[in-house]
Amino acid sequence: MKKRGSLLVLFMSLVLLLSGCSSITVLDPKGPAARTLSDTILFSIAMMAGVLLVVYVLYVVFLVKYRGSKTKDDYMPPHEEGNKWLEAIWITIPIIIVAVLSVVTVQSTGAVEKVAAGYEDQKPLVIYASSSNWKWHFSYPEEGIETVNYLNIPVNRPIELRLYSFGPITSLWIPQLAGQKYAMSDMVNTLNLVADEQGSYLGRNSNFSGQGTAHMEFETLAMSPKEYGKWVDEVKTTASKLDETEFKTLLSTSYVGRKTFSSTHLSFSPAPGDHSDHMKHTDMENGNKEHQENKAEHPVPANPEETKFDAIPNVNPNEPLPQSPAEDSTEDIDHTSHKGK
Amino acid sequence: MKWDEFFVTGEPMIYGAMASIVLVTIAIIVGLTYFKKWGYLWREWLTTVDHKRIGVMYIISALIMLFRGGVDAMLMRAQTAVPENKLLDAQHYNEIFTTHGLIMILFMAMPFIIGIMNVVVPLQIGARDVAFPRLNAISFWLFFTGAMLLNLSFVIGGSPDAGWSAYFPLASLEFSPTVGNNYYSLALQISGIGTLLTGINFIVTILKMRAPGMKLMRMPMFTWSSLITSVIIAFAFPVLTVALALMMFDRIFGSQFFTMSNGGMDMLWANLFWVWGHPEVYIVILPAFGIYSEIIATFSKKNLYGYTSMVVSMVVISLLSFLVWAHHFYTMGQGAMVNGFFSITTMAISVPTGVKIFNWLFTMRKGKITFTTPMLYSLAFIPIFTIGGVTGVMLAMASADYQYHNTMFLVAHFHYVLIPGTVFAVIAGFHYWFPKVFGFKLNERLGKHAFWWIAISFNVTFFPLFFLGLQGMTRRMYTYSAETGFGPLNLISFAGALGLAFGFIILVYNIYYSIRYSPRETDGDPWDARTLEWATSSPIPAYNFAVTPNVKGRDALWSAKHDNQPIFDGKIEPIHLPSNSGKPVILGGVFFVFGFALVFSWWIPAIISGIAILIVLASMSFDRDHGITVSVEEIMETEKKLRGETL
Amino acid sequence: MKIDATKPLEYGSEENSNKIFGFWIFLGAEIALFSTLFTVYFVLVNRYATGPNGTELFELSGVLWETFLLLSSSFTIGLAVHSMRLGLKKPMMIFFGLTLLMGLGFLGIEITEFFTYVHEGATISTSAFTSSLFVLLGTHGAHVSFGILWGASILLQVKRQGFTLATANKSFIFSLYWHFLDVVWIFIFSFVYLKGLM
Repeated sequence: MKKRGSLLVLFMSLVLLLSGCSSITVLDPKGPAARTLSDTILFSIAMMAGVLLVVYVLYVVFLVKYRGSKTKDDYMPPHEEGNKWLEAIWITIPIIIVAVLSVVTVQSTGAVEKVAAGYEDQKPLVIYASSSNWKWHFSYPEEGIETVNYLNIPVNRPIELRLYSFGPITSLWIPQLAGQKYAMSDMVNTLNLVADEQGSYLGRNSNFSGQGTAHMEFETLAMSPKEYGKWVDEVKTTASKLDETEFKTLLSTSYVGRKTFSSTHLSFSPAPGDHSDHMKHTDMENGNKEHQENKAEHPVPANPEETKFDAIPNVNPNEPLPQSPAEDSTEDIDHTSHKGK
Repeated sequence: MKWDEFFVTGEPMIYGAMASIVLVTIAIIVGLTYFKKWGYLWREWLTTVDHKRIGVMYIISALIMLFRGGVDAMLMRAQTAVPENKLLDAQHYNEIFTTHGLIMILFMAMPFIIGIMNVVVPLQIGARDVAFPRLNAISFWLFFTGAMLLNLSFVIGGSPDAGWSAYFPLASLEFSPTVGNNYYSLALQISGIGTLLTGINFIVTILKMRAPGMKLMRMPMFTWSSLITSVIIAFAFPVLTVALALMMFDRIFGSQFFTMSNGGMDMLWANLFWVWGHPEVYIVILPAFGIYSEIIATFSKKNLYGYTSMVVSMVVISLLSFLVWAHHFYTMGQGAMVNGFFSITTMAISVPTGVKIFNWLFTMRKGKITFTTPMLYSLAFIPIFTIGGVTGVMLAMASADYQYHNTMFLVAHFHYVLIPGTVFAVIAGFHYWFPKVFGFKLNERLGKHAFWWIAISFNVTFFPLFFLGLQGMTRRMYTYSAETGFGPLNLISFAGALGLAFGFIILVYNIYYSIRYSPRETDGDPWDARTLEWATSSPIPAYNFAVTPNVKGRDALWSAKHDNQPIFDGKIEPIHLPSNSGKPVILGGVFFVFGFALVFSWWIPAIISGIAILIVLASMSFDRDHGITVSVEEIMETEKKLRGETL
Repeated sequence: MKIDATKPLEYGSEENSNKIFGFWIFLGAEIALFSTLFTVYFVLVNRYATGPNGTELFELSGVLWETFLLLSSSFTIGLAVHSMRLGLKKPMMIFFGLTLLMGLGFLGIEITEFFTYVHEGATISTSAFTSSLFVLLGTHGAHVSFGILWGASILLQVKRQGFTLATANKSFIFSLYWHFLDVVWIFIFSFVYLKGLM
């Protein structure tokens, strides 16, 4: 009876697995965080497949064995109240399964919230990722540059994305590098990720934020530290500065394509509730007591220049620092070379 | 406001909808006038306080809403069937998935469940009606008002477009300037009050109106599930009431709860919404479990296995349902500790749910299974719902959810829970109790055809979405490029949706066919069932039972049939019934005007209709209605007629 | 309708006792509603942006009068129910009427207070704090207003019909409602005003 449906499903899933989708993005991780999640997912699928198997075997056996057409006409099913032992079994075993999964969940959640194991001693590269309708702004405070709708990162270096939004809640998601997290107008969220393989990875906003949500995709290009340094220097020499008026225009334009600037918007429009010391403090638009208290605890530095980071990424002490900036403009860097792998 | 802002314009589909609304309205009015049915409609239906008729009206409304929500779903699947499709634009697509969610959950699933509760619960406990019949009519008309208000938004003013969860700041006036989300707050508020009153009504009915001998632990499982659902309603809906009120204040009166300035907090909305929203899932799923328990026991010819653990597991689920809301936004950045807590509470729900699955399986063991249409839906439920359940456990793992959240994987999961869980259940219940209400069965052959179409197409539609999610396709995307590779699976899904639609067409045709051709029954117990509702005749007389039943154990009718324990050992006495009232439907109408005026911030009509609401309520308070009394002779006559005996 | 003479009139029939039981459940839902509003208030209480905070806004004298009136009215409605059980129509009506009058007095002070707030520049749109304050107080105030209208209609019915199953039942249910509003006010008084003034 119902087997027809189940067979069809099995058949379909096989077809799906074997044909078109040989690479399932989420299960094709290119960084430690995404790898932890991929392993967690595969582990839970295996556990759940076991549960499904038990239910399906009992289901098929009972359906085949006790169908009315097979039993005698005068067969009278017995009255059964239940069975303590059986019920104890199907309470205990699920509790054990849930306990195992809980441990896995707590561990893996803790792991992906922190800097990935093996990368703790490196200073993370801080990038502010903010969304506005309907685009992504990436500000690199250390380098003093900003991009729109594309993100370049060095491989094998922990990246600390600080997420917030100039409008509706969005969610930044680069499935091959890490899980997603919300960007909101009221607070800054931190997303830790590392790319351990060079390549181009699709990132997007996964949380519905209005008409342009479907178009809020961006390319994440993981490049060697050397190439990355070169790119940063190019941007600093060739791209124009981002001033407040231009930023306001940018915010109110729905679709802008890629943009590159040699300064960030953080100086005149800082992240909400931000009290990291290297930032300049201006009055919060969304004033609340907590923010004001934070400001009291972390007063504006007398000379903001003092606390500024140098622009040199602290990647690998053995690797030579990036040399003189290249002559090419930023636009000429080949973003497509890594595509289609 | 200009007229072209008032009516939604510029889309052929909208004009089509307007034209069909006008045509259908004219057709109904002309038809009623031509067949002289206005009086009948008013006397027998619109003013009724009879729980069975109110139940039928709930179910009819739910079926209409199923059609509306289904059309939304078809449009969504059609739009995403191929990459870069131009069938709908972004705004339109956003409105459609928003109303699809709202209508299916609040105006289809819940009223369908409440409709079945209305028809069945008083019968199962041997009561004459619900505790407060007139309040019950008010509940229905408030629900109906809310449903109509939301549907009206499609052609007047524009539908809500921020998703059914209406996250702020997206749903604020700044980012959603149309009146769509005003409709959202008012339509849900009005129908929500109705639902809250239903919850209170059924708690009192079940706790205080049971027939002699119907102890709590003798109640049929569907009644148990209705009781627990009503308790969840009573405690969850006030939270929605507050959330919607704050939303309305933000949008219409300029308050600052969820805004981006002056201290507003967008995350507060998400919390309030899901504190109601997750229990809401159990409000629609627990009665479904109850329906399956009745049907599986009946068609296995066995009593329900593990009755006590079934009850306990529902109580545990209802308690846990209030402790899991944050799993809807693990990605909001509340840290690993909080996420860990909510992961564990969420996964814990799988334990009592698993208990229920095994109890159903063991009810069938050693049984004598017959494959009727309601049983087929119940049997399909077990394997399909288990997929929904195990993927739910996977989603409950906070870390993994960082990869599933907002994707088609999630969409596949909750459709795998809600369609086999709730939709199959209400269809199964519809087929199962149809002969009780109308006195004839739905055609089995057509019913089984519809079942196979629906069950198989459901899997074809939603199984591919699991893979689309893992490939990175997010929900609520009106379009995608061909390079993403999402195309083929979406096309398969669309094909499945067509199959589902065809299945539902057969189902509706079956209703028509059976009304015309199905043989009428005189027995009252066509399925050889076990519980009290089958002990009275079908269709059911207004007073339900001529003699108040005397219950001596679980499965009262079954023991009456097999152990020779008579249920009706009393004498026929005159029966007191409440009389009909037109005031509930008038109250609904006034609420409609009030809601509509507030949507557009028309203050004077809003104030006038607000005062009118108070006047109607006051006039109800002054009513001195003593009901009607049915005499012994009348009862005897009705009983004879129902048994098919000629007078 | 069977009247059970062993019980007070308001519980005198099955329908009556169902109504009282149903109303208790309704009050349970009301507790959920006010708990949510209090939660919202506590979450937003420090988010007063550029507007005033509680310490700057609240003045104790009016609030004390409000508390005095509402607590006394809770007492008089208790006396009204007591008189009803003794079958004393006139005292019952007097106490009931006093209750409603004190409710009106409470409302009057509350409305004046709202005007003062607005005058001081704290409107519903000033900040998240003022929004939550106005909605919490306003919801309670709306309950009181509705209660006054409802109570007046019950009083009229008692006057016309005397003590019947229906009127006794309604009066008793109204007293439950009124006590409930009093309890909510005590929470508002302690956790909004006193805490805000500290």
